[in-house]
Amino acid sequence: MSSTMAPNVLGTSALGRRTVYSMCGMCSVRCPIEVTVEDGRVAWLQGNPHDKAIGMSLCAKGSAGLAFEYDDERPQTPLIRKGPRGAGQWRRASWDEALDYIADKLKETIEEFGGRGIALSDRYGPFIDLTKTFVQALGSPNYFNHDASCGGNVHNAARSLFGFSHLGLINDLKNAKHLVLYGRNIVESLMVKEAKAFMAAVANGMRVTYIDPRASITACKATRYWQVRPNSDYALNLAIIHEVVKQEAYDKDFVASFVSGMDYLRKAVKDTTPEWQESHTGVPAGQLRDFVKEIAADRPRVIFHPGWMTARHKQSFYVSRTSLILNALMGNIEVPGGCLLAKTPEYYGRKSLKRLTDRVPKVNEPRVDGAGTDRPQWDPAIGMLHQVFAAMETGKPYGIGAYFAYRHDPLTGMPDPDATERALDKLNLLVSIDVRYSETGWFSDVILPESTYLERANILCQMNGPVPVFGMRDQVITPRFDSRPAWWIFREILRRMGKKEALDFETIEELWNYQLEGTGVTVAEMREEGIVSLADAPMLTPRENLKFPTPSGKIEIESDTLKKAGLPSLAPYESKTAPTGDRFHLLFARPATLAHGQSLNNPLLNEIAPKQELWMHPDRAKPLGIADGDEVEINGGGSYSGLLKAKVTRWIHPEVVFMLHGYGATVPLATRALGRGVADQRLQHGRLYEFDPAGGSCAMTETIVQIKRRANGGARQ
Amino acid sequence: MSKYILRHDEANCISCQACEVHCKTNKDLGPGPSPCKILSFGPNDVDGQPRMRFIFMPCFHCEDPWCVRACPTGAMQQREKDGIVFVQSSLCIGCKSCIAACPWGVPQWDPATRKVVKCDYCKDRVDVGLQPACVTKCVTGCLSFGVANEVPDPRRERYARQLLAEPLPGRKEES
Repeated sequence: MSSTMAPNVLGTSALGRRTVYSMCGMCSVRCPIEVTVEDGRVAWLQGNPHDKAIGMSLCAKGSAGLAFEYDDERPQTPLIRKGPRGAGQWRRASWDEALDYIADKLKETIEEFGGRGIALSDRYGPFIDLTKTFVQALGSPNYFNHDASCGGNVHNAARSLFGFSHLGLINDLKNAKHLVLYGRNIVESLMVKEAKAFMAAVANGMRVTYIDPRASITACKATRYWQVRPNSDYALNLAIIHEVVKQEAYDKDFVASFVSGMDYLRKAVKDTTPEWQESHTGVPAGQLRDFVKEIAADRPRVIFHPGWMTARHKQSFYVSRTSLILNALMGNIEVPGGCLLAKTPEYYGRKSLKRLTDRVPKVNEPRVDGAGTDRPQWDPAIGMLHQVFAAMETGKPYGIGAYFAYRHDPLTGMPDPDATERALDKLNLLVSIDVRYSETGWFSDVILPESTYLERANILCQMNGPVPVFGMRDQVITPRFDSRPAWWIFREILRRMGKKEALDFETIEELWNYQLEGTGVTVAEMREEGIVSLADAPMLTPRENLKFPTPSGKIEIESDTLKKAGLPSLAPYESKTAPTGDRFHLLFARPATLAHGQSLNNPLLNEIAPKQELWMHPDRAKPLGIADGDEVEINGGGSYSGLLKAKVTRWIHPEVVFMLHGYGATVPLATRALGRGVADQRLQHGRLYEFDPAGGSCAMTETIVQIKRRANGGARQ
Repeated sequence: MSKYILRHDEANCISCQACEVHCKTNKDLGPGPSPCKILSFGPNDVDGQPRMRFIFMPCFHCEDPWCVRACPTGAMQQREKDGIVFVQSSLCIGCKSCIAACPWGVPQWDPATRKVVKCDYCKDRVDVGLQPACVTKCVTGCLSFGVANEVPDPRRERYARQLLAEPLPGRKEES
């Protein structure tokens, strides 16, 4: 077999009707799916009914996977840049040529900076064993996930309290009585299983308190909506804790046994009364007291959601941290209707998947972002991506010469793409591995087309939970173009770098067999239903056996790691000044039909994607002469500005404006997304290196924009 | 009327528009026609809380469908056995008379085939014992389908469950 031949799974081009179990790839939630294939063509996609939590459900994006697969507007061969970066001049290359080109550039980089001068980012999730192995095999510690623009703050907050990330706690919505959401927009930023469980719980009478300066659709499903001032949620939480402590509304037995630092907590919230927070958040003190009475009656079945996308403001880390502390105060840990602990297969006497990273030597170099060393508060397992861009620009603490963006588009996801481009332009090599033309891909030196999620198999994944499972993304059909699966791409690069042993597998089945060694599960079993549960039913750890992987074994309100970093475990609240006149905080979100920037070029999603509007409060719109439906200009202080129609509504806080994210793409070959709408990340001017020092994630919702009515703004063009 | 009911439980709907795509992929449609549609309005103020309204618009499968009467070729038909109103594509000449005739704007023009498509409750699926595409893959399960009266009304059940979830005044709740 030629080394560059596509490694197809047997039978993918067979005639007749087949059912394949796999995983969706239309966003990074990766729902389990059942695919019907007819004569080598995908005929139908639906949820995998063997996973009861999803049944046959899929979201709009998932269903539009068919339109994605049979669309030609995606990279079809490897491409190597001809003209200046971003100019869109490309030549087609064979896989051999593109991979050799990459290997040569990597060798140059290693010569100049060492292996540590190579970095890679992806969107996290259950397949990172592959990308981490690739980076580690090259001798670099610099693997990054996308959490600088997503969950970094909540991840690191959970780590500082529990010793594990927030993914170690699974919300048991089914049995909860009250769910508190801080802008976690469950029914629009969709995870199908979560949205399903949420709506079922609401139908069963679960109360929902939703906190957000804007009333999202989730707010419209809640029992209580608090329209807080932007970026003030930490003040709210300090006051809730004040009141919980004062009303003695917490689980004293649980706290006495499993929580340390209560004195520190009492001190931190001594003066943060309901009245104190009122001027910061706008939530009436009386309402806050009533809320605390309610949760006192409903605990332990009360869940404070610590957040998902938490790259918001510079105290977002403490919002997540206090939300998690409230869960501990409710005594809801490992209790039905609370936060259940995610279990490994070992918990049930089974064995975890064998890791690919075990095949490569450990790297002892410090990370370029200081995560785990200079910045002990940041988890070195995920890093903080903005700091790799800083290093590209400054060469400090050391230089970065090569960067792989694997199915990740920082020029859409991170604030201020102009600033990011300036950093990327210093690189010796920028590679985008993707199934579509991303903004970052267009700026790259090489685009390697990955086969779509229906055309490739991935490494197996393990998802820990109340019941841990192994999941499989199997290859469903043969690739339509000259693309390859990621495991093959990384293997081929490593082979050219003399690191063959790291991923020395000829077929995906061979790789899977390595992963499954000793687990008692076979590839054939995995293929039967696409998922294999490692326990028959969830077990709860008896309370007396609870122990957390922190230095003290307890939930640590006062954290040594934070102390070492020179950070308070609970910082004093920093009050926010209200923007006035034509200035507003800019908030963004996504609709249920789009996954960030990656959906708008899909023929069916492009059709139903909502038209972007700029939400603003009538009290602020009126003095600016703006009426509902007027066209307004929005500017973030840079050279970029956009035009949007104003949606004047009192369901948004007067200090903010709001728009949808995922629009304003510039790649000419993605014709449906091209030029449609306004890119909020380009309005986040000068904010690439503005981040929460404790959690590390970007402070995106501190962005200030200026709004003005466009001359003859009401007129149609 | 058709013997079926396609029920939309608005309270359980999140207007994610997945049904629109499920429908289109079952009929192999590109951009343009939307045999079913979720229309959203709001937020509005209901007792101080924000609330949105979601209206689901498939075909009503009328007793005496004006689209069938308007069709000059007999392409638009009503099935005798269950009342489903559908287009037989091979007979459709794309004259759009049905589009003009329907009071609800249900029949859709498909630019790819230059013919009309419409909601037929996915009769291809129903005839082999499956549910319509929109119902099968609905995210929350707010859509349900079946012979009228055989499909439980989610509103009754939900109301009862919510009544039970509310603690009675002055009585300690049992857990």
